[in-house]
Amino acid sequence: MLSLERVTKIYRLGAFGLKKLVAVRDVSFEIGEREIVSLIGESGSGKSTIGKLILRLIPLTSGTIRFEGMDISAMNSRCLKDYYRKVQGVFQDPFASFNPIFKADRIFRMVHDEFYPKMGAREWSEKVEGALRAVGLNPPDVLNKFPHQLSGGQLQRFLVARALLLDIRLLVADEIISMLDASTRVDVLNLLADLRARGLSILFITHDLSLGYYISDRAIILYRGRIAEMGPTERVYNRPLHPYTEMLMESVPRLDRKWEEEIRVEREGDAAISAVAGCVYAGRCPKAMDICTQQEPELREAETGHFVACWAK
Amino acid sequence: MLQVENLTVYYKTLRGYVRALERATFTVADGEIMGLAGESGCGKTTLGHSIIYLRPPMNYIEGRVVLDGQELPIWDMERMREFRYRHVSLIPQYAMNALNPTRKIGKMIAELLESREMNYDEILPELKRRLDLVQLSHDVLKMYPIELSGGMKQRTVMVVSTLLNPSLLIADEITSALDVSTQKAVCEMLVEFRDRGFVKSTIIITHDISILYQIADSILVMYAGQLSEKAPTETIFRDARHPYTQMLIGSLPKVGVRYQEERLRGIPGSPPQLLDPPPGCRFRDRCPVAFDRCVEVPPFLEISPGHFVACWRAY
Repeated sequence: MLSLERVTKIYRLGAFGLKKLVAVRDVSFEIGEREIVSLIGESGSGKSTIGKLILRLIPLTSGTIRFEGMDISAMNSRCLKDYYRKVQGVFQDPFASFNPIFKADRIFRMVHDEFYPKMGAREWSEKVEGALRAVGLNPPDVLNKFPHQLSGGQLQRFLVARALLLDIRLLVADEIISMLDASTRVDVLNLLADLRARGLSILFITHDLSLGYYISDRAIILYRGRIAEMGPTERVYNRPLHPYTEMLMESVPRLDRKWEEEIRVEREGDAAISAVAGCVYAGRCPKAMDICTQQEPELREAETGHFVACWAK
Repeated sequence: MLQVENLTVYYKTLRGYVRALERATFTVADGEIMGLAGESGCGKTTLGHSIIYLRPPMNYIEGRVVLDGQELPIWDMERMREFRYRHVSLIPQYAMNALNPTRKIGKMIAELLESREMNYDEILPELKRRLDLVQLSHDVLKMYPIELSGGMKQRTVMVVSTLLNPSLLIADEITSALDVSTQKAVCEMLVEFRDRGFVKSTIIITHDISILYQIADSILVMYAGQLSEKAPTETIFRDARHPYTQMLIGSLPKVGVRYQEERLRGIPGSPPQLLDPPPGCRFRDRCPVAFDRCVEVPPFLEISPGHFVACWRAY
C-alpha cells in the first residue's frame, strides 16, 4: 500500500545551511494492507523523520514515497487533500497537539469544515460520536471540554478519533504512548490493534522495544538513518541477525530476565564521527571486520522476509 | 539507614492545599537500593525532594526523617545546607541538562566544593579514580557540557553527586532520557557505587518499573499521594497484595508478549484530584475489590517481613 524507495533526507544546518545532517539515508520498505509495522530506533535514528516524510510535513531530499502507486511528492493540492483523507498522523505530546484556548472538540469541527462542508449538523455529530465510541470514549464525558480538563490518554484517543472521521487507511503513530501513564498506555495500544482489525494499517514509531513486540507484525530497526534489520517481529526479537539489534535486545530492561552481570559500556565517543565509507555501526560494533570500515553493507534478505545490513551475515 | 515517619507534605495553592504526600512511613536500610514507582502525579518526586530540599510551594505539615540516627531538619532550608551533598545527595530530573553551559566540568566541580568549604585539589585524585571507574576520560574535566553526549553527562552528574560519599542518594528519573544501551550502563553504575560503599542507601524514582526489576532490592509503590505497597523486588512482581500494584504490573507489555496471544489490560478510570480528595483509600474508585471498609484510610502494615501494604483486603 505504501512503499518507500531509497528515501534520503538531509537537513541543512548552520548559518547558511552549510552543514549537512543526513537524518535518513537510502531507506526502502513497504507497509501492506492491515499491517502494523513498528519502526524502532534510539534518539537520532531518523525514525520521526521518516514519519514526517510519509505525512509530507517535510520535503524529501531524494527517493520516492508511493501510496497506492502514486508518488506523494508529485501530488498537487487536490490530490494531497485526498491523500490526507487516507493517511493521518498522531504524535507524541497530546497536549502540544491542541490549542489550549479552544475546546478540544474544535479539531472535529475543523475536519468538518475542511473535508465535509456539506454534511448536516445532526449527521456530523452522529459521525463524531461514532468515532469517539470507536476509540473507547464516552461522548458526553469528553465533548465540550478544554484540553486541560482531559487526561493525556483521552486527548490521544481524541486525535485517533479525528483520524477515523476521514476514510483513513494508514495511521502514522509517532511515539503516541510514551507520554502516557503505565496504567493507560496499554489501552491505547490495544486500541491500535482493534483499528487494525477494522482494516487500518499502522506505522508504529517507538523507542520502546517491548511495545513494538506487543503490537507489531513486522519490525524495522533503524540505526543512524539506516535500516539495520527488518523482518517479522518474532524473528527480529528472538533471532536478531545484526550486532546492533543483539545489543539492543540484551540491554532492554525486561521483566522476565535480569541483565547479565558483565558491564559493557558502549564506546560512544567515536559514534558521532564514525566512518563515512563503511557501516554506520562499525565504530561501536564488537564484531567489526576490515571490510566494515571500507564499504557499506547493503540490506540483504538473509531468510524469507528477514533482511539485515551486515557483512558478518 | 533512612527512617521516614508520618511524613506529610502539601502544596499550597490559592484554592487550598494539594495533598501530595500523606503520612509516608518507611525505612531504607544500609546498602538497600529502593525503587520508588508510581504514575505521574502520585507524589513520588514530592517524597524524594522533601527529604532534602523542601521549599515552597511545598509545605511541611508533619513527620520525621531520621538518617543514621540523626533527625534531619527538613523544614528548615538553611539548616539542611550542612546535610545536603555531604550526607544526602539528590540528582533531580533533567540534572544532566542543567549543567552550567559556561563552565568547564572541572571548574564547576571546584566551585561546588568551594561552596562546601572543601579543596578541589585534595579531592582531585579521588575524582579521577571515580571517572576511571565509570570509564570517562579525565579530559571531561576540561570540557564544556555541550561537548558530552547524554550518557556521558549523566555519568558525570552521578560521579559529582556522590563524590563526598553521602549516606543517601536520591536519583529522580535519571534514566528516562537515555537510550537503552546507556540506560543500562547508568543503572549498573548505581549498583557499583552501592557495592563500593560510595553511597549507603539509594532511592531511585522512576516510572519505568522494568528498570527497577533489574537493579532495585525493594520497590515502594505510591498512588495519589499515599503509599500502597513496599516489598522486596521479587515479591512485588510475584506476590503483590495491593490491587493497584497487581494491576500496574499486569498492564506492562513485556518482550515475549503479543496482543494476539495475551491481551493486557490497563486500569480503567483516573486518579482523584488531590485538592480535596475523597476520604479513605484513594484507589477505591478504580479498585475491583473495593468494599465499604475502604472509606477509611487503610494503615500501611507489615504483613510479612519486609512486606508492607495499605489495603483492607490484604491483612
